[in-house]
Amino acid sequence: MGMAQELHVLAVDDSLVDRKVIERLLKISCCKVTAVESGRRALQYLGLDGEKSSMGIDGLKVNLILTDYSMPGMTGYELLKKIKESSALSKIPVVIMSSEKILPRIDRCLEEGAEEFLLKPVKLSDVKRLRDFILRGEGDDDKLTDKKIKEACSRKRKFQDDSTTQVTAHDIESSPESSASSESQQQKQSKIG
Amino acid sequence: MEVVQLQRSFVEYMDSLFREGFLDAQFSQLQQLQDDSNPDFVVEVVSLFFEDSERLLNDLTMALDQPNVDFKQVDAHVHQLKGSSSSVGAQRVKNCCIPFRNCCEEQNTEACLRCLQQIKQEYLLVKNKLQTLFDLEQQIVAAGGAIPMVQ
Repeated sequence: MGMAQELHVLAVDDSLVDRKVIERLLKISCCKVTAVESGRRALQYLGLDGEKSSMGIDGLKVNLILTDYSMPGMTGYELLKKIKESSALSKIPVVIMSSEKILPRIDRCLEEGAEEFLLKPVKLSDVKRLRDFILRGEGDDDKLTDKKIKEACSRKRKFQDDSTTQVTAHDIESSPESSASSESQQQKQSKIG
Repeated sequence: MEVVQLQRSFVEYMDSLFREGFLDAQFSQLQQLQDDSNPDFVVEVVSLFFEDSERLLNDLTMALDQPNVDFKQVDAHVHQLKGSSSSVGAQRVKNCCIPFRNCCEEQNTEACLRCLQQIKQEYLLVKNKLQTLFDLEQQIVAAGGAIPMVQ
């Protein structure tokens, strides 16, 4: 809090339109953005593809990876797995975006270690919330609290009904709010199916 | 035309686009992301959407023209179109994608072709409307006025 820290976000999406929008959402939220079009490019950037990492210098450190789920070649889920399997990168929070609210998909991603699952189209409020969460985590000594929240979240997921559209580690903290907003979200989103 | 009149036309036109379902809240979200440092953001995103859509509509036409239609491929294209139309707030185009995907699942070429026709129509409509909107914006700016914020 009060730290003039600029987060560096790696955004991964095969859609040019979505990359442009997410880039703007992030920049307007005072984040540095690197946007790539595929999981493979993301891994290359992170230095996991056998190439020399572009992240050698501290200044280019990635604080958050925001990836689309449905991408040709490597899905966001597969990218998530590769990142979590890497000792160098597993601590970087990964958030998955998808236009489809498929509960088993959401569960799988959260279980694999995704911080959050966002429904597209992503809104400014989503990005701001993410940024605040990451900023808190970056300066936070008590990583154990975050871990506990995540564990509680996956337990909670088993009991959650269809009315929740955003599944985050913060559902517990902010549940009255999120269920109110997710009710109206549900009405809007049910058309999309 | 006077700036005030232009601005009024703009607001009315914009209102009608929302009322008639051509645009939804996502378009408003894009407008909120535009500011003095990025004054052309909406036009830029929408232009990308036009390019993307036209490519996808061509791909769809070709894919459905094959003797053995690859419905997985067709579905993939529709999924992409649904995504990008959703991201810019082109509601009617997005809504056309849902039945289209159902037809892909049923592997019904005729039905898919009908869906494609429908999407093409909706796309051309919204493209036309958006271009009219952008023209109005340009006229306002040229006449020295500010573009009204329509919530």
